[in-house]
Parts: sequence; C-alpha cells; structure tokens
Amino acid sequence: MFDESLRSAAPPKLAVWKFASCDGCQLSLLNCEEELLAVAGAVSIAYFPEATRAQVEGPYDVSLVEGSVTTPEEIERIGQIREMSKVVVTLGACATAGGIQALRNFADVAEFRSVVYAHPEYLSTLARSTPISAHVSVDYELRGCPIDKGQLVELLGALVEHRTPRISTYSVCAECKRRGNTCVMVAHGTPCLGPVTQAGCGALCPAFERGCYGCFGPQNTPNTASLTDHLVRTGMPPQAAMRVYRTFNAASEPFRRESERQERAMAASGTGVKR
Amino acid sequence: MADDTRIMLPQGLDRLIEVLEGRGYAVVAPTVRTGAVSLAEVHGADDLPWGVGDEQEAGRYRLTERDDGKVFAQAAAAPGMKATLFPPDELIWRGRRSGSQFEVTDTGVDHVRPTAFLGVRGCDLRALAQHDRVLAGRAFPDARYVRRREGAFIAAVTCTDPGGTCFCTSMGGGPHPESDYDLALTELSDPHRFVVEVGTDLGAEVLAEVDTVPATADDEAAVTTAVAEATMRMGRTMDTDGLRDLLYAAAESPVWDDVGNRCLTCMNCTMVCPTCFCTTVQDVSVLGSADAERRRVWDSCFSEEFAHIHGGSLRTEVRSRYRQWLTHKLAAWQDQFDALGCVGCGRCITWCPVGIDLTAEVAKIRASAGIPVAGGMR
Repeated sequence: MFDESLRSAAPPKLAVWKFASCDGCQLSLLNCEEELLAVAGAVSIAYFPEATRAQVEGPYDVSLVEGSVTTPEEIERIGQIREMSKVVVTLGACATAGGIQALRNFADVAEFRSVVYAHPEYLSTLARSTPISAHVSVDYELRGCPIDKGQLVELLGALVEHRTPRISTYSVCAECKRRGNTCVMVAHGTPCLGPVTQAGCGALCPAFERGCYGCFGPQNTPNTASLTDHLVRTGMPPQAAMRVYRTFNAASEPFRRESERQERAMAASGTGVKR
Repeated sequence: MADDTRIMLPQGLDRLIEVLEGRGYAVVAPTVRTGAVSLAEVHGADDLPWGVGDEQEAGRYRLTERDDGKVFAQAAAAPGMKATLFPPDELIWRGRRSGSQFEVTDTGVDHVRPTAFLGVRGCDLRALAQHDRVLAGRAFPDARYVRRREGAFIAAVTCTDPGGTCFCTSMGGGPHPESDYDLALTELSDPHRFVVEVGTDLGAEVLAEVDTVPATADDEAAVTTAVAEATMRMGRTMDTDGLRDLLYAAAESPVWDDVGNRCLTCMNCTMVCPTCFCTTVQDVSVLGSADAERRRVWDSCFSEEFAHIHGGSLRTEVRSRYRQWLTHKLAAWQDQFDALGCVGCGRCITWCPVGIDLTAEVAKIRASAGIPVAGGMR
C-alpha cells in the first residue's frame, strides 16, 4: 500500500533498461506484488518496456540497468543512458559482473559462433561479456541471479528518501547464522560458497539445506583460495573446485582469479583442464 | 549437594516441560534440526534428542546414534542461548511520521515472552554471566536483554559428553553447572535417571510439580564420578597463564599472517560465540509507508565495514581482523570486564568452515614467543 500523505508532486522518474540478460531481474520489480503499489506510488515509471508501452523521454532520475555489454551497439547505448540518468543502478549478476555469458571470456567466441550459427557473419558480437561498470560509472549495484526483490525495494526506498541503502557487503554466512540455519558445510559436508559470497539473499539456499552457489558474487573481502583449498582437501575434485567459480559471476575479479589459479594448479599437477 | 536434591525419571522431562509451559514459558531446549542439535522451542519430551550424540571437530559436526538412549549427551548446541536472549535482529523502536510530527509507537520491550531454557550447559551459563556483565551491568542497561534475562527460567544440565572441540576446564569452568540456574540436571545411566539439584526457590516450586524421589548418597556419588570423567574428556586445552600480556606482546607475530591466509572473514565464529555481543543499528523505512523502525542486528569484527570510520576501514587486512577478535576475547576483555571473554565451548572451532582453531593459534603464538607450552588438540 502507499500512504497518500507521502505522495510527492514530482516523484523521481524511473527507467528500466535491458542489455544481454534473461529479463529475470527486471521481472523482480513486477514480482514485488505487495510492494508494487508502493513503488508505483513513490516513483514515476517513465520507461519500462516489460511493463508498459508508455514512454517518457529522459532525462531520468534513476535508471535500473539489467544485463551485460556484449555487442558494440550496447557500448554506445549504455553511454547514452548514463548521460540521461542522475543515478545508475545495475541489477543482478549480468549487469554487475558480466553474467553467465561471460564464460565466453575464458574461450574463443569465434569458435562458438561458427558452431552455433549457420551464418555467423550476421553476428556482431564482442569477444568478452563485460559489466556495466566497465563502460560507465555506476552508483549502486544489486547482486544476484536474480536480484532479491527486498533489496530492490530497499534501494528504491533509500533513493526516494535520500538515505543510505542497507546493502551489506559481508558474507552470506552472517545472514545464514542470523536466520538460525545449520551450516550445511560443517554439519552436512555440503560444499558451499557462502563464506566468499556477498549477503543479500537471506541465505536462501542454505535455508533449504543446499550449498550457496555464489549467485550474489564475491563478498567484500573473499578468501577464495582458503575456501577452495578446503573444498579440495575435503574431497572435491580440482576440476569441480575450479568450476564452482565459473557460473553467474565467473568474470568478477575474485572469482575469475580463483578459477584461473585452480586451472594453473591443475596444469602444474598434470590433472589437465577439460572444458 | 544439598538435601533437596531429587531423582527424576526420564518420563519426568515431559511433565517438566508441561509445567513450564503451563507457567507461560516458551521452553527452549536441545532439539535436532537439519542435522544438528540446536536450542529451539520444544513442546514436549518427544522433541528432545533422545539417543542422539554428536561428533565435533574443527570445521566438522556430525550427529551420531547412541545406544544408551541418553537425551542430553551432546556437547554445546548450535546455536546456543544467545539467539534467544540477545536476538540476531530486534526492534529498538518503531515510529510514525504525521506531517512534521513524529511519534514513537513501540519500543519492543513489551513483546518479550519469558523463556525457560532446558538442557543448557555450564559453558552457556558462564557466557550468560559475561552478557549480564556487558549488557546489563552498565550505566544504560540493554532494556530488552534485561527483561528477557530476568524472566528466564534455567534448567541446566551437566555436560556428561563433552566434544572434541571443548575446553571449558581450561577457561575456569567445568562440566557441572556452577551457578545462575534454577535447576541443574545430571543424566545418569543404569538406571536412566536425572539427579536434579535445586538452585532457587522458583526451581524448587517447579520441581515440586514433577514426580521425583529424594536422591541417595549413591546418586550423588554417581554425579561426582560423571563430572570427573567428563572433565577428563575435553577435546582441547588452552594455557591461559599470562595470556593477556602474551597477546599484547604478540601484536606483530607472524602467526597472524598465517591465520589471515586461512581465515574466510565469513563471521561464523563471532555469530556462534556465546559471548560476542557486537551489533550494528539499522534504520528501516518502507517505501510508501509513514512508519520507520530502528533495529539492532548482530555484527562482527570480521567484516571490513565494521571498522569503517571517516576515511575508510581501520582493518583492511584479514590478519588484523582475526588479531582484533582473538586479542579482544582473550586479552583486552580482561582489562575491560575483568574476565576472559572465552568460555571454552568450542563453537568457533566447530563452526569455522575451514576449521581454524583458536586453541592451536594461541599455542602457536606462545611457541613463537619462545615459551613451549601445551595447548590445542589433545
């Protein structure tokens, strides 16, 4: 619900933009359900093709950007969006770290293209998938694949009220323990990336007795080497220990460095690297 | 042991829980939850971990089956009492804006429901004494903690089966609850029974509603034996002699670099520690609502944000965060609160995902200072 006494005469203009992505993060906004009326009351949705055909021209107060940059055209477009926006917020692993499509960064895109497409020459694509922050300055990042809708509403609320958003940068473990979960790694022997992953999801997977797979990307000071060494010592094959970092946030610096460190260790020990 | 020491049979536990619930308490006791014995609300003796044991090692916890049917034969539960008396996330106040006015509508204190703890250990009670000192014994006591603490009923148990990461005896404690309890139970076998010691008038009143018989000299001797045996089964030790000065002198020890390479800065140790009390305050406002809340949330010296002041974080390196934690717990705590901040429950060792063991780290610091002393794993 929206408290009418709080309605502003000139609510902030919000735009939602899509780059290389699956739409899941921007759909989180529509998925807010209970909070949707509050969001719609507090901001003026000026551009959001997933929700409405109406378009209000820029400039915008807040631009939510989903997806990574994978084509030359997208480099140009993100520059224009930045120029038109007071605040740029990236939504999710693609926009923040390059997404699952950044696996191309570890391989040869030309080879993929020739295998997948009948006419690869029609494609104009970049060799690497890069986060929005590689091209323009970003004011706030929301992590996750997909983002947590609670964090999205919190961030929008903070922007409307001109206060600092509560977005913690420490590990998933903090939320996991506060929630009263049993540690799946210690008590079940389930590999979990929680210790190196940023909080924000409310420790969703461990709450269902699954290991965290790191969709929120690296926490502020991740010790990936210590965690990987422990995973390998406790029985995870080196190949798998490399691959746990090659998912949605594969191109985030700490996860990229760790998977490459693990590749080098395998090469040195003669384990070999199979892709 | 006093004259009012009684014997209660296993079926008495159900009645004890019933009596406590009848008096309006939420009964919090060990119970199996997702693969671990945790302290959580129970509604009858069926919820207790009959025949369940545990194995605790550095970074490893497993439930085991026991063939003796004992119910309290585990080491420290995770989480312990802290999560109930000092919740991870709690309301400090809620307010409502109307025009330019602002009104506090709730301070959280009235929502406190009295809790009866059943099956808590000596280490937990010693940790509780620390929290009493830190949270209640100050100029401006923590009102919600004080309310919960004063309303709490405590039926402690003797820790007859300490775990591989336990070292309470090194920290001045022991398997037998010393004080701060209303009732103290010691579980014995052959026949399966509980020797119940009474600590307070309230404890006597509650126990009077449960079927018991007077304890004999043999029962009391059996308690003494059980405590003595448990004392010998601590999985770890820590030499606390001169610890404060040792740690202060070791500020630049290479041990911190080594542990800094292994520490994940994940905060698990501080979350499970029964004496850690650091929190942060968060203001919560909801989009489109005139209500706002101020909440207190567990925080940890292992996050970089924790030491963030104007200009940046004081502790950007992992080594400095681990050093801060250990030095506060075992040295500065003595200056601040006239006690050791560690009770030897072993939780931080068990629940560290990579098994960092503070007893081993302290032993290394001692060794590197040129004083070879025992410590660490037995």
